[in-house]
Amino acid sequence: MNSKLSVNTMIDRFLPLVGLTLLVIVITAMNQQFLSPDNLLNLLRQVSINGLIAFGMTFVILTGGIDLSVGSILAFSSAMTALIITSGVDPMFAMLLGCLVGVLSGAVNGLLVTAGGMAPFIATLATMTIYRGATLVVTDGNPITGLGDSLMFQLFGKGYFFGIPVPAVTMAVTFVILYIILHKTVFGRETYAIGGNETAAALSGIKVNRRKIMIYALSGLMSALAGIILASRLDSAQPTAGETYELDAIAAVVLGGTSLMGGKGRIVGTLIGVLIIGVLNNGLNLIGVSSFYQQIIKGLVIVIAVLIDRKNK
Amino acid sequence: MIEMKNIHKAFGANKVLLGVDFELKDATVHALMGENGAGKSTLMKILSGVHTYDEGQIVRGGEDVNYTNLKEAEKAGVVFIHQELNIWPELTVLENLFIGNEYTRFGLLDMRLMRRKAEEIFERLKFRINLNRRAGDCSVGQQQMIEIAKALMMDAKVLIMDEPTAALTDSEIEVLFGIIGDLRKSGVSIVYISHRMEEISEISDEITVLRDGRSVMYKETASTDYNEIVRAMVGRDLDDQFPERDHDTDEETVLAVRNLGNKSHPVMDVNFELKRGEILGFAGLMGAGRTEVMRTLFGVDKGSKEVEIGGRSVKIDRPPDAIRHGLGFITENRKSEGLILDFSLVDNMTMPSMGSFSKGGFMKRKDEYDFADLMIRRMNIKSGRKSVASELSGGNQQKVVIGKWIGSQPEILILDEPTRGIDVGAKREIYHLINELTERGMSIILISSEMPEIIGLSDRVAVMQEGRLRGILERGKINQENIMTLATGGKLDE
Repeated sequence: MNSKLSVNTMIDRFLPLVGLTLLVIVITAMNQQFLSPDNLLNLLRQVSINGLIAFGMTFVILTGGIDLSVGSILAFSSAMTALIITSGVDPMFAMLLGCLVGVLSGAVNGLLVTAGGMAPFIATLATMTIYRGATLVVTDGNPITGLGDSLMFQLFGKGYFFGIPVPAVTMAVTFVILYIILHKTVFGRETYAIGGNETAAALSGIKVNRRKIMIYALSGLMSALAGIILASRLDSAQPTAGETYELDAIAAVVLGGTSLMGGKGRIVGTLIGVLIIGVLNNGLNLIGVSSFYQQIIKGLVIVIAVLIDRKNK
Repeated sequence: MIEMKNIHKAFGANKVLLGVDFELKDATVHALMGENGAGKSTLMKILSGVHTYDEGQIVRGGEDVNYTNLKEAEKAGVVFIHQELNIWPELTVLENLFIGNEYTRFGLLDMRLMRRKAEEIFERLKFRINLNRRAGDCSVGQQQMIEIAKALMMDAKVLIMDEPTAALTDSEIEVLFGIIGDLRKSGVSIVYISHRMEEISEISDEITVLRDGRSVMYKETASTDYNEIVRAMVGRDLDDQFPERDHDTDEETVLAVRNLGNKSHPVMDVNFELKRGEILGFAGLMGAGRTEVMRTLFGVDKGSKEVEIGGRSVKIDRPPDAIRHGLGFITENRKSEGLILDFSLVDNMTMPSMGSFSKGGFMKRKDEYDFADLMIRRMNIKSGRKSVASELSGGNQQKVVIGKWIGSQPEILILDEPTRGIDVGAKREIYHLINELTERGMSIILISSEMPEIIGLSDRVAVMQEGRLRGILERGKINQENIMTLATGGKLDE
């Protein structure tokens, strides 16, 4: 029984990777350009924003929650960062403050879910529109430009580090840190425990509420990082940035095999999920599929992936 | 009459049934017994069409039958009432009764007809219940009755009941037994799965015992006794079910609880002290407030209390405070409150003490493994450290929960129904383990609804009734009569 089970677990774990490989093969067969170094670097830069958001989302979903407000937090923190930069503050410090905005916005989500006792879906649905509204208020509905003076800020979105786009490096470093946190630390164990059985976790002395607030704050931080990268790449903070980004992030987490019920899943899976979505976007463009059909195909891939995953269980 | 002959069943490489014979006569109550994992549930799931057998034969009324799904079996009058009740809490009693089998008229629900049918059934059961009540608001006993009514509605000829009394109060059990008797008279056969020996002898006509996937005993209930049944279940004698409690308990008071009360559960004025190395039993009828006292003490539920630990007054607002002050709490529902079922054995075991299995926030995996291996050896857990908790038997799960709290090295361990739903062999191991813990100076609070357990283990017994502590029996005064007198609100003659 045990050996059979571990075979199943193996299939579970490798299924997303197999899917990704197949996808790469099919797209390469249709357009060899796909595997060119230029395109791959481009791809890495493209996926980094969804990647960062999806990593944070993985923690939230592992606790059995969800965060719909990530796109709005992205816009709000990038707008705040831009405003602070244009007011003449040192860009490095401004970026730190922008991250703090993300952390606080996420912490508010966490408070609503824990102290407020709200369902995560509802709480973050509400803050999604609140943070979007706040973004429109502080930007007056206009893009904030004039961010081009600081080299450090520019590097963050557009630079290269030994030939690799800085956003991709940021994503990779973040991934490693979060992987270690999730699998090697008390914090990670508690994240799984809360999603697996919140009552048992609380009775075992785990400070469930405090943990959850930190996890929503982490998700906010990841969104803020993504927002700052985006602003740097575009040389401006757009008040409408990040709309519907929550969907791609949730899709990546689900494609990676994490259960929306919480307690089960891996951040490596999320990384693969992010790559699958990225390869689809990039590859379908390369082979000239119209953007209308692209949406249909993306949706179908999610349906098929989840169906196979379910069959397997 | 139904005969199951030489039934074999395997799940993958795991052979669960290795040739079981089971004979169910008409109009009898047949007790099916055996330790957890002996194959009782699997056998009954085969009979009721949930699983199909790999090998064997089922003969009913001279014909071969093989129900391949639940609906087919139900149509043939074989109905399985599971331990976990299938109640839709948001629907009314009436809606629950007919779910999946609604009567309609012109495509619309025929509420009048359904109401009449429901009234007939409850009449037959001599059970009064408000059909418009939300099922989730009904007591577990009432929910059980809904399930039975549902089965009768399907015109059940064979009723399989899995631990039906596990969550019932004494008066509800009495009603249930009355109904079982009536059903038998009307020709229904009942398979009754239970661990409670007294019930079996009271209610059953025949007994089949399974052990390790084989049927090892089939007898009339009247012609056998407790010892023979237990011997058949575990394959050996069980003379030393309870350990000798021969060591003297210290006079040192480790825990003093004063004026504990909780308004949301009616618990008030609870005062008691616990000595080092002592087992203090908590007895009482179901609903007397024993669990509530412990939840309030541990900081799970808000309430008022004064607590002294080791002579020092302490504040316990939440479980982490309790754990910090050396308390451990093994709750009565190991699946919903004790374990994380998707976690491995080792991850479950280190949960309350992650602080001591980590350094600078990083888990020390090797220390965790060493601890888990130690516990597995010491408690004779029949599984590896990496096995997932949901796949363990009830007894092994309970041992994991106990191990988890041993790991947090508490001074005081609260055990709430530590042997509920686990088999005789594992019970004995747990009793001896509890005794061993006290020998190392741990103090134990033991809540149990099983009288032999309370009497066999406790040094003193606190008895609760209707939210109040009615008395604490010292050694020498601990017996069934005294406990029941206090538990039912009576006074002891001095």
